[in-house]
Amino acid sequence: MQGSAAGLAYRGRTASIGFAHGPLVRVDAGAGGERVAGTLVEEALALRKAIDLASGQIADLAASAGGEAAQILEFQVALLEDEDLIEAIFASIGEGRPADVAWRATLDEQIAAYNSAEDEYLQARSSDLADLRDRVVHILRGDAGEPLKIPSGGVVCADDLPPSRFLEIDWSGGGGLALLHGSPTSHVAMLARARGIPMVVQLGAIPDAGATALLDGEGATLELDPSAEQVRIFEKRRESHRKSRASARAILRRPTASWRGEHIKLLINIQRVDDLDHADAQYADGIGLMRTEFLLSRRSELPDEETQFQAYDSVLRWAGQRPVTIRTFDAGGDKPVPGFTFDGEANPFLGVRGLRLCLARPEIFTVQLRALARAAVRGNLKVMFPMVTSADELEAGRKLFADIVQRLQADGIAAKLPELGIMVEVPAAALAIASFKASFFSIGSNDLAQYVLACDRSNGALAPLMDPLHPAVLELIARTAEHGRRAGISVSLCGDMAGDPRCLPALLNCGLRELSVNASALAQIKQTIDRLSSGGSVG
Amino acid sequence: MLDKADGQIFTGSVRLVHAVGMHARPAVKLTKLAKKFQAQISVRVAGAPEWINAKSVAKIMAMRAAHGSTIEIKASGSDAEAAIAALVDLVASDFPDGAG
Repeated sequence: MQGSAAGLAYRGRTASIGFAHGPLVRVDAGAGGERVAGTLVEEALALRKAIDLASGQIADLAASAGGEAAQILEFQVALLEDEDLIEAIFASIGEGRPADVAWRATLDEQIAAYNSAEDEYLQARSSDLADLRDRVVHILRGDAGEPLKIPSGGVVCADDLPPSRFLEIDWSGGGGLALLHGSPTSHVAMLARARGIPMVVQLGAIPDAGATALLDGEGATLELDPSAEQVRIFEKRRESHRKSRASARAILRRPTASWRGEHIKLLINIQRVDDLDHADAQYADGIGLMRTEFLLSRRSELPDEETQFQAYDSVLRWAGQRPVTIRTFDAGGDKPVPGFTFDGEANPFLGVRGLRLCLARPEIFTVQLRALARAAVRGNLKVMFPMVTSADELEAGRKLFADIVQRLQADGIAAKLPELGIMVEVPAAALAIASFKASFFSIGSNDLAQYVLACDRSNGALAPLMDPLHPAVLELIARTAEHGRRAGISVSLCGDMAGDPRCLPALLNCGLRELSVNASALAQIKQTIDRLSSGGSVG
Repeated sequence: MLDKADGQIFTGSVRLVHAVGMHARPAVKLTKLAKKFQAQISVRVAGAPEWINAKSVAKIMAMRAAHGSTIEIKASGSDAEAAIAALVDLVASDFPDGAG
């Protein structure tokens, strides 16, 4: 077992897609030697000098990197200029601690605080602090300034890699990044995506051996000392990825997808406002589904009208003229919300959830409808209700909404009633589709399939039965699309089926011409439609 | 240190509209702007027990102000009034690039 890693493959999490085949380069945090501490004054001076030097180094890096990288590094510079933080370290040196020990203790405290944050974003910031900590410690130990020597195209393997170390590496010859820990939301992951450097995180433990590595950022795998056969398969994957990515991105820039001469509208689903940052989001024809449950998860209390209005307004501003469909709170079922949903339901999926819950909690629903009514004057807003069973529920929601609009207007506040539609996810709604006076329909195929097939979608044992292409599911989709076509009402589908290339031929054949998918799936779906249109297969 | 005797305390409050709350970039902009003033400036999330030095990026980050929360600002010193106005404007205008 002498440290042979030949042919072994390890799986992690994707942080940036792409492929790298090259020498494996291990980068250690560098334990370094111990330094001999001087007098109190010498230690204080040493730290002051180290901070100034670090500040200069980071500023130089920021200047040469520019853009997003510069903004990330600015946070580190601001920390070095934080007198409260730095004074505490000097005070600790004054009590007799060596400069590096005092510095490290304070930074470690900060890092621990970030690591314990619930927010994944704040957790990821701990690597920025670790970066800064190590830079100053290296300077204090006198081993500063040696840039990482990475052979061109190398696969860099480290526990975690701080942003400044990433920027010191010359990536012009390609290469990739394999981290044993790390996070896809870290600054270094953002930099890797921006540069197109493949990156896999959370690989766990890998043996301390291996000369050559294959890194597949798409499959999130790292293969060490691969056999000729492994290399051949890897290169094939790399080539097909390159081709499909190039053509998918080219297709993405075309104005609209079309199939047999008909336009197919491709919209995106968003879970929160930040999802609009995805590079491909701009190519969407609009937002087919904006979920609003994120507003319920942030704090212990429910979000007020202004908070909601700001969130809806920022999405409408982003979309400009394009339509934005916002779904009212879909709490309940597998999404309990303290202070909102009912506890102790024997079968929450068939319980008081979606619009049923909102109508039962008018004090909460009213706040959301007020925010939506105000947002409606700011852009092309459509509002849809989830989990609707009967036409009476839609009308009850509409009446509540209309009263709210009237009250706002009476108070001199700009507001209007947006177009109202429903999610089609209860089989009864799909079967009695003509009874709903909705301006649009959006098929929620995940719940629709779960209810039609009588399969809990979270129950893995039922996976083989949970087939969205079951004829019964397709029948309901086709009926809904057919009704829309005859009545001149738009029908879209926003469930996982829309983002699954294998389901596309069936959906198009059912008569659907509007699909809403995650931004990351947009290119592939547009490309698949293009292939199907020219008589090709799903690919 | 500023003596309270030499000046009035000015206060302001503003809603944090930034989509992800008081994260690294907004925190850096806020402290940079605060440092342009002589005044002693403190901030807190409305109702929080402790006031925080607005010139310390580490403390501003540790405040963990979420999207939609209200930030209270108080300042004392010669340019306190201008400091409040500038900081409220920065937060209200969602930390525009080039500000701070």
